Amino acid sequence: MVFENQGKLDLDSNIHTIRTEAISAFEKQGFPTKKDEEWKYTSLKNVLNHDYSVFPKAESAIEFKDVKKYFLHEIESYKVVFIDGVYSSFLSSTTHDGYDICLLSAALKKPKYKIVLDNYFNTIADKNNSITNLNTAFSTEGAYINIPKNTVLPRPIQIVNFYTGNEKEILLQPRNLVVVGENSHVQIIERHQSLSDNVVLTNAVTEIFVNKKAIVDFYKIQNDNENASLIDNTFVQQKEHSIASVSTFSFGGKLTRNNLEFYHEGEHIESHLNGISILDKKQHVDNHTLVKHQYPNCESFELYKGIYDDASTGVFNGKVIVDQEAQKTNAFQQNNNILIGDKATINAKPQLEIFADDVKCSHGCTIGQLDDSALFYMQSRGIPAKEAKALLLYAFGNEVVEKIKIPELKSRITKLIANKLGVKLGFEM
Amino acid sequence: MSKYTEDDLKKELETQEYEYGFYTDIESDTFPKGLNEDIVRAISKKKNEPEWMTEWRLDAFRIWESMEEPEWANVNYKKPNFQDIAYYSAPKAADPNKTLDDVDPELLETFKKLGISIDEQKRLSGVAVDIVVDSVSVATTFKETLAEKGILFMPISEAIQEHPELVKKYMGTVVPKTDNFYAALNSAVFTDGSFCYIPKGVKCPMELSTYFRINEGGTGQFERTLVIADESSYVSYLEGCTAPSRDENQLHAAVVELIALDDAEIKYSTVQNWFPGDKDGKGGVFNFVTKRGICHTNSKISWTQVETGSAVTWKYPSCVLKGNNSVGEFYSIAVTNNYQQADTGTKMIHLGKNTKSTIISKGISAGKSQNSYRGLVQIGSRAENARNFSQCDSLLMGNKCGAHTFPYIESKNKSAKIEHEATTSKIGEDQLFYCNQRGIDTEKAIALIVNGFSKEVLNKLPMEFAVEAQKLLEISLEGSVG
Repeated sequence: MVFENQGKLDLDSNIHTIRTEAISAFEKQGFPTKKDEEWKYTSLKNVLNHDYSVFPKAESAIEFKDVKKYFLHEIESYKVVFIDGVYSSFLSSTTHDGYDICLLSAALKKPKYKIVLDNYFNTIADKNNSITNLNTAFSTEGAYINIPKNTVLPRPIQIVNFYTGNEKEILLQPRNLVVVGENSHVQIIERHQSLSDNVVLTNAVTEIFVNKKAIVDFYKIQNDNENASLIDNTFVQQKEHSIASVSTFSFGGKLTRNNLEFYHEGEHIESHLNGISILDKKQHVDNHTLVKHQYPNCESFELYKGIYDDASTGVFNGKVIVDQEAQKTNAFQQNNNILIGDKATINAKPQLEIFADDVKCSHGCTIGQLDDSALFYMQSRGIPAKEAKALLLYAFGNEVVEKIKIPELKSRITKLIANKLGVKLGFEM
Repeated sequence: MSKYTEDDLKKELETQEYEYGFYTDIESDTFPKGLNEDIVRAISKKKNEPEWMTEWRLDAFRIWESMEEPEWANVNYKKPNFQDIAYYSAPKAADPNKTLDDVDPELLETFKKLGISIDEQKRLSGVAVDIVVDSVSVATTFKETLAEKGILFMPISEAIQEHPELVKKYMGTVVPKTDNFYAALNSAVFTDGSFCYIPKGVKCPMELSTYFRINEGGTGQFERTLVIADESSYVSYLEGCTAPSRDENQLHAAVVELIALDDAEIKYSTVQNWFPGDKDGKGGVFNFVTKRGICHTNSKISWTQVETGSAVTWKYPSCVLKGNNSVGEFYSIAVTNNYQQADTGTKMIHLGKNTKSTIISKGISAGKSQNSYRGLVQIGSRAENARNFSQCDSLLMGNKCGAHTFPYIESKNKSAKIEHEATTSKIGEDQLFYCNQRGIDTEKAIALIVNGFSKEVLNKLPMEFAVEAQKLLEISLEGSVG
C-alpha cells in the first residue's frame, strides 16, 4: 500500500494482510448512516463533509509551557505525545526499562515485538465496524504499551494527542495497543486536544488486553472545542480474575462517539464502565457500550451520567449480552440524565440480551430535572441560584468522579466540571 | 411425593400439548389462494361494500406492494408466502341476521369446548359477545341492550354499510395504510372485525367482548377493530383468541384502532392464545398485529394483554398521547415456551402537556423460547411535564431460553421525567426454600412465585377475563400456575 512505502511502517506481511483486509472491508461497508441501527441517533453527515488531509506534511513543534495545562503535570508520569499525529519526542517521556511504553510505529519495525503484535494487534477490534476498519487500514501511529507480568507501574501513563491547526482540516487516526501481563497494574490517561479552531476529526482505536489477575484503569478526557470531533473505539479483552475499568469524561467537542466494548475470556472477571457527559451549545455525545459476558461468575458495573444544556444531544446505548454459558453473571447498568436546555435531547437505549437463566441483571434509566425544593432550600440559605444549581449538578455527577483512583486527576476533573458549569466550587473533592 | 424440581417442570412444560387444538369441519366459502387487485375487489364485493371502501382497499394494496417485510424484530421464522394464502373464508352457514338457534350446532360445540358457551355468557356473565369465526361474525348478543344506550357494537362490515360516516371519519386515522407492511396488508384484505362506538357521556354498562379464532387451514386472519369513545364516555373492551392445531404456519395480521376523544376512557384487554406450535417448534400462528390508540384531552387508554400463544408474536399496542393531561397505560404478560418467539412491547408517544404513561411488562420464558420486550418512550418538545414510568421484568426457566429488552427512550423536553428499569432473574432457590420450609411443595411454590410475578398485570384484567387469563396461563405453564 502506498503510504507504507513512505518508510513509516515495516512491510511486515502479516500487518500488510490485516491492512489490506481492513480496507476492502471498509470499501464494502462504507461510512455508517442513521439507517444503521447502531448509528440511529448519531449522524456523521456534518462531520464527513470536510476535505480532510489524511497525512500531515510537516512536523509541528509546540512549547511545553503552552500545553502544560493539558497534562496532569502535578505528578510524575510516562508520556506518549503526538502532535498532528506525529510522535513528539520532545514532549514525551517513554521507556524500555523493564516494560515498553513507546510508539506503535517503532514496535512495528523491531523484530523483537513481532510475536506480541502477531498475538494481539487487531485481534479484538470489531471487524464489522467500518470506522474501526478505516483506522486499521490507515493508522500510522499510536502508543504501544506492553507491561510484563508481576509489574506495578510506579506512575500513570498519559497518552496525549495534540492538533495544532497547521492543516485546515485534518483526519487523525491514532492506534493504541495496550498489553498488560499477569498480575500487573497500570493506569492510563488519554486525551485528545485541539489547539486551534480548525476542523479536526479523530478516529481512534485502542485495544487493551488485560491478562490474568491484572488491573487496568483507563481514563478518557474529552474536553475539546466546537470544531473537533472524535470517534473513539476502545476494545477491552479480559482474562480470569482481572479487573478493568474505563472512565469517560465527555465535556466538549462537536461530535463525540465512544464505542466501548468489553469481552470476557475467563471466569471471575470484573468490568467497570463509568462516564459523565456534560454538554452545552450544539454538542453531541454518543456513548455506545457493549459488555459481552461469555464465561460464568463474572460481574460488570456500568454507570453513566449526563447533563445536557442548550441544544446539546446525548445518546446512551448500553448493550449487555449474557451468553448461555455465562451462568452466575451479575450485570448492572445505570444511566441517569438531566436535561437543562430547552432544546436539549436525550436518546437512551439500554439493552439486555440474556441467554442464561441463573443471572442477576438489571438496568435502570432515568431522565429528569433538578429538584426545585432542593434549589429553593439552598437559595433560602443564601447560596445564589447559579451556584446552587451547580452544586446539585456536581453532586449528581459525583458518584462517577468518586471512582477516580488518581487523586490529582480527581481534582482536575472536579475543576473541569466546575468550569463547565460556570462556577467556582471553592472546594476540592 | 417425590421431589418436584424445576427440571421436572421444564419436562412437563415441553411435553404439554395444546389443549384447545381441535378442528371443526364446517363447509367454508373460501377464495382461491393468492393476492392481487382482483382478489381485493372480490373481497370488497363479497362484503357488498360501497365504492369508497373498495378504493380505500385498493389504495392500501398498492402501498403494500411497494413495501418490504420488516426484519428488525428479534425473531426468526420462515417468511409466509403471501401468494399461498386464501384471503377470504367464511363459514357457509353464517348470516348476520340469524338468531342463535340457526347457528351451526357443530360451531356451537366448538365454543363449548373453548368454554365460552354463548348461553352461559348471556345468562351469567353479562358479557356481550360478538363472535368472529374465520372472519365473519356469526352471532351477536346483547345488541339491543346496548342499542338502548345508543352504543353501536357490530361487525365492521355492517358498520361500513350502516354508519359509513363514522367509519370514513376514523378508520385509518390512527393506523394509516402506510404505517407498516402488515397494516397495509390488513387494510387491503381485512374481512371482518368489530366496530364499537360509545356516544357522548355514556358509560358502557357491560364489558364488550370478541373472540377471534382461526379455523380453516391455510387461511389468513385479517381482523380490523375500530373502537371510538366519544367525549366523556367509557368502555371496557375484551378480546380473546384461541386457535386449533395446524401444521402449516398461519398468518394473523390484525389492526386495532382506538380513539378516545376528550375526557373518554378506553380499557382494552387481550388474551391471546393462538396455537404456539408443538414442542418441536412445528406449526403455530404468526401473530403480526398493529394496535394503536390516540388520546385526546384528558382521556385515557389502557392496554392489558396476556400473551401465551403464537409461534411468532410481533405486537406493540401503543398510545399516542396527543391531548393535554391524557394518560396511557400498558400492562403485559408474555409467556413463551418450547420454540415460541415473542417480540412485544409498546410505544408511548407524548405530545400533549402533562401527559402520563405507565408501562409494566412481565416476560416469562421457558423451554427454548425467546422473549423480547421492545418499547419506545418518546417525549416531544412541547410535552411539558410529561411523565413516564416503565418496568420490564423477565423470568427465565431453564438455560435454553432467552430474555431480551430493547427499550428506546427519547426525550426532547427538559421538564419530562422518565424512569425505566428492567430486571432479569430466575426463580430464586432461597424463595423456593422459604416456601418448602413452610410446608409448600415445590410445584405449588413455583405456582405461587409465577403468580406473584404476574399479579400486577393480572389485577388489571376485568373480573370476567381474569379467570380466562388464569386458565390460559395454566395451559402455557401447567404445573407451575395454580
